[in-house]
Amino acid sequence: MSETMFEKIWQKHRVLDREDGQTLLYVDTHLLHDGGATAFDLLRGRGLKPRAPQRIFATPDHYVSTSSRKVEEIEDERHREMVEKLDRNTREYGIKQFGLGTPDQGIVHVMGPEQGLSQPGILLVCGDSHTSTHGAVGALAFGIGSTEVAHVLATQTLWQRKPKTMRINIDGALGDQVTGKDVILAIIAKIGAAGGTGHVLEYTGSAIRGLSMEGRLTLCNMSIEGGGRAGMVAPDDTTYQYLAGKPYAPQGAAWDAALDRWRALPSDADARFDAEVSLDGTALQPMVTWGNSPEDALPIDGRIPDPAGAVDAERREQMARMLAYMGLTAGTPLAEVAVDRVFIGSCTNSRIEDMRAAAAVARGRKVAASVRAWVVPGSERVKKQAEAEGLHEIFRAAGFDWREPGCSMCLGTNGDIAQPGERVASTSNRNFMGRQGPGARTHLLSPAMAAAAAITGHFTDVRRLLAGEA
Amino acid sequence: MEAFRTLDAVAVPLPRPNIDTDQIIPARFLSRPREVDHTQFLFHDARRLPDGTQNPDFNLNKDAWRNARIVVAGRNFACGSSRESAVWALFDAGFRVAIAPSFGDIFRNNGMKNGLLPVMLPAEVVEAIIAQVEADPGARIQVDLPAQTVTAPDGSVHGFEVDPFAKHCLLEGLDEIGLTQSYEEEIAAFERRFGRENMR
Ligand code: SF4
Repeated sequence: MSETMFEKIWQKHRVLDREDGQTLLYVDTHLLHDGGATAFDLLRGRGLKPRAPQRIFATPDHYVSTSSRKVEEIEDERHREMVEKLDRNTREYGIKQFGLGTPDQGIVHVMGPEQGLSQPGILLVCGDSHTSTHGAVGALAFGIGSTEVAHVLATQTLWQRKPKTMRINIDGALGDQVTGKDVILAIIAKIGAAGGTGHVLEYTGSAIRGLSMEGRLTLCNMSIEGGGRAGMVAPDDTTYQYLAGKPYAPQGAAWDAALDRWRALPSDADARFDAEVSLDGTALQPMVTWGNSPEDALPIDGRIPDPAGAVDAERREQMARMLAYMGLTAGTPLAEVAVDRVFIGSCTNSRIEDMRAAAAVARGRKVAASVRAWVVPGSERVKKQAEAEGLHEIFRAAGFDWREPGCSMCLGTNGDIAQPGERVASTSNRNFMGRQGPGARTHLLSPAMAAAAAITGHFTDVRRLLAGEA
Repeated sequence: MEAFRTLDAVAVPLPRPNIDTDQIIPARFLSRPREVDHTQFLFHDARRLPDGTQNPDFNLNKDAWRNARIVVAGRNFACGSSRESAVWALFDAGFRVAIAPSFGDIFRNNGMKNGLLPVMLPAEVVEAIIAQVEADPGARIQVDLPAQTVTAPDGSVHGFEVDPFAKHCLLEGLDEIGLTQSYEEEIAAFERRFGRENMR
């Protein structure tokens, strides 16, 4: 029988099936961050301890300061406590932590792949919705809530009802400056923010094959914004080259054995999916969001849409509300919308390739006087690599603030937030009302597009900027 | 977990699609432990005007709906982050049922594990119920989990689907960890079978 990649991984991790349709799945790898203290409280409350601490890996990201690497310098007591609790919990139970101030700390979804912890064919979970990121290497990766985190800690298993599958196929070469970020924003604009609900999304097609590992991580990261339970890309030579030599990747004979297993993972040619979607890769453009859902995305040459043209009254009312919140007028070209702040970072776009793409735009240019621009690398490793390449000098010379790794302005749990009414060009994943601080106005876009906005002070087609036309 | 069987309560309409978990509980309250009463964080920013005073137009602030225990919302309710505190905030404020045409998957899971029943009904049914509770603020809805039905203010009865396992746990207020531990033999056997190649 032919199977999808999802089915192959699912079958391999089944501990048992109940008659009522629930399956108990065994978890290979469990990632933790500093927002997960509740799960340990739940565990302790039941007098339990982690069943398989050797399968758990932790790093603080949500509450760390991006101006210092010292726990004691985290100003807000609550934030400091979150980082300290992760440290205490991991020590107490013998869990590996890439702690604050060590060379491997980073955003949990940047740390996992770069350590080689995210591997093809594994079942990986983390108490964070953007766990879908890890599917980029061909893993099945579920984001879970804290009660489920406690359950996985205690039993190393997870109850699931089998999700449906959706194939999203994109053929055709992507144009210049059309990145993984633009691809996923175009997908979500097409299927809607709930389009993938109940489904595991598998991305296929030549445009996806052509993406680097970083691009695939960005793509899978935002699967949750399309409603997906998980997102995945079949492993191929790009994946194997990326993983080879990573600290936790198999080595030597184990690597060869792993390669044999991994090569059998991709969906069979005639595998059936419950839903199919396709997009033309050659038609995709650099994208920018204008509303408060990631589905509200447009190509950079677009104009702010008019609620009068909405499909129904509900959408009209919703669009009007979003335009009011975002301080936008229907009909304005996106390229005329001025920004106050630029944030290049988050688990969506803070990897080395993202840093390079933004630096290529910043090189020899200056951030507009009206803009405050930040670059927050996703991990200590990314930061170190970027500095070895001199990218930090380029950013600094252009007027960007080069900061310490963490989630930062993506969610602002560490206090890095925008002021009410400030418009932020952000490489993160959610443009929800208040996501980057009460009243903050978030527009999602790629790192190069964010850098272009920083330079010109408004949204700009980065291709035109680089061609000297903007 | 608090068990849930039936509920007869006031339903408050939140007739918008894509109400995300950042709206239900803004990120700056996520560092609060479970022991803290999360009522004050529920829709914290949406409930207030920019000057910090209560927004009289937000339905949860209106007298008729102050005692609501059921929320009826637009599609893709509670999409976004996995924060379980979105459920806690609703739960602590007294809510035990959320009705919508669709939900964020992780929220649905979190709800069922924390005594908050997510009920999916067809979009036209949800629209009709919203129209009824808007027309008659304070109108009540009956939810029966064993029978898997919702009775709207106009008396119409609507069946809904619920995962049998999650239903069982919610009806009994069961702790899932305890239940899973009863499968210890199967898990241990799996670990042996899963083998060296997959064990770190
Ligand atoms: S960067 Fe943003 S989305 Fe990613 S884990 Fe951190 S807070 Fe969540």
